[in-house]
Amino acid sequence: MVRSPKKEPAAVEMVRVHKWYGEFHVLRGIDLKVARGERIVICGPSGSGKSTLIRCINGLERHHKGRIVVNGVELTDDLGRIDVVRREAGMMFQQFNLFPHLTVMENCTLAPIWVRRLPRRQAEEIAMRYLERVHIPEQAHKYPGQLSGGQQQRVAIARALCMNPKIMLFDEPTSALDPEMIKEVLDVMVDLAREGQTMIVVSHEMGFAREVADRIAFMDEGQIVEMAPPKQFFAHPKHGRTKLFLSQILH
Amino acid sequence: MAAFVRRRMVPRLPPPRVERGLIAWLRWRLFATPLQAALTLVSLAVLITVLWPAIRFLVVDAVWQGDTREACLGATGACWPFVKAKFGQLIYGFYPAAERWRPDLVFALGAILLAPLLVPAAPLKGLNAVLFFAVYPVLSFILLVGGSFGLEHVETRRWGGLLITLVVAFTGIIASLPLGILLALGRRSELPVVRWLAVAFIEFWRGVPLITVLFFATYMLPLFLPAGVSFDALLRVLVGVALFSAAYMAEVVRGGLQAIPRSQYEGGYALGLPYWQVMGFIVLPQALTRVIPGIVNNFIGLFKDTTLVLIVAIFDLLGQLRAAFSDPAWATPTTLYTGFAFAGMIYFVFCFAMSRYSLFVERRLGVSAERL
Repeated sequence: MVRSPKKEPAAVEMVRVHKWYGEFHVLRGIDLKVARGERIVICGPSGSGKSTLIRCINGLERHHKGRIVVNGVELTDDLGRIDVVRREAGMMFQQFNLFPHLTVMENCTLAPIWVRRLPRRQAEEIAMRYLERVHIPEQAHKYPGQLSGGQQQRVAIARALCMNPKIMLFDEPTSALDPEMIKEVLDVMVDLAREGQTMIVVSHEMGFAREVADRIAFMDEGQIVEMAPPKQFFAHPKHGRTKLFLSQILH
Repeated sequence: MAAFVRRRMVPRLPPPRVERGLIAWLRWRLFATPLQAALTLVSLAVLITVLWPAIRFLVVDAVWQGDTREACLGATGACWPFVKAKFGQLIYGFYPAAERWRPDLVFALGAILLAPLLVPAAPLKGLNAVLFFAVYPVLSFILLVGGSFGLEHVETRRWGGLLITLVVAFTGIIASLPLGILLALGRRSELPVVRWLAVAFIEFWRGVPLITVLFFATYMLPLFLPAGVSFDALLRVLVGVALFSAAYMAEVVRGGLQAIPRSQYEGGYALGLPYWQVMGFIVLPQALTRVIPGIVNNFIGLFKDTTLVLIVAIFDLLGQLRAAFSDPAWATPTTLYTGFAFAGMIYFVFCFAMSRYSLFVERRLGVSAERL
């Protein structure tokens, strides 16, 4: 299900992408095209290369072979281009990666002020709007360490949204959270998905995947083994490795 | 197995009462056990045996009145008239007496500009910082050196005493922190050439003693410079001290940088912030607060190391003191002890102040740092 108009470039296009950590071949020929407005959930066993894949998309990891084009900009060794790509790609991390020495508000306004060159007041208005959207406007002047894990991850989402990114990358956003807090983060992500945000989510939350994903990609040994819309993925997995994985996590 | 279901939740209760007050404090902190009581008494005895002679020398038996050495000849305590007579020399060296209002003004301006900078609640921090770090050094230079604005030129050879100590220490402290930060970043750079240069610089300056640096700057550098080109001797020493302490500072800062997890860099980069902004807004503020004790340690060390300029014939506070000792007009049994006690107190006041202030800053920044 691809909704983007033909003229716009794909949100992400990866062509035969390879990457090694030393001798270890972590990504082996990844081909992935994500259209504007599309939601992809990537799952797979640990060590399968999911995180590396998503971190290659905003240049936190360098790929060694192949092409990665994000919003029409190809990632090369050119640092300026990498910054352009990162500006348009918000990223959420497993450990939130908030800046502990800055308040929630300062976390949210740092990049808009210094990268987007917005006046402080305007940046704060935008930040407030997104903090309301993730349901924690009252925490704006606290420090990250004073918030619960779920609240911190929602701040991280608001911080990314403040840059008005064309695409949102989630690297296991709920893996470090207590069970009671996972839902509050997933609810915010579901809202984003409903609003048409392009999202690539590395996650094992199969309920979330079933609800919002356009396609689910299953990775193993550095490759995308199977990719299908949720219904098909869960009802009729084709690859043996996918079947095994699903049988282990869906109980 | 019998199942258990709690029928009534336990309500919140206040904490148990603790004894408060002086008696309780003495009881629990100083005399809780026989061993502790014994240690307390022994410490007290040691304190008295050390402190009492010092107080006697400095205050009780000291000579406070008089204008010549005769006043102090029979004394067993400090000879304060000696300090009074030599005070100008100890503070200004041979700076012309008629021009001493200029160093005075520099001291006063420094104190006036520094005080509000150190108080967190004081307003206009940005303006204040610009005045102190940019305008003040230039103004001090003009005032102290003279030769313009109708001020008489005073050669740096005639400067001395506490003035020299403060000029060398202040320049070293102000220059070494930014230089040290740049060197530390360079040493961690992904660009090999930058990294090698930073490593070479740091290891070179850490590998040579400060005395060698001062000797080189004073006596050997002029030999390498083309004829006719010469720099002021004090300036050469200032540059040497600044580079020397920057190398040490770099390693302290690097220790702080290593304590910042990769995830903080990635959080910044993922937002599209370029290298210098990630460093300036995210990494350095956290790294520097973690190494405040090390930084201040360097400042204090540097403050006291300034006294080494003595060996290149620049007479700082200690140098002037030794010069004053050789004055036969003030040869008394306690001149030497009095002079060192006075100099010691001055050094102590500055170093202790730096130490206490750094503790204050640590506690204050701890408010946000503890909430990691």
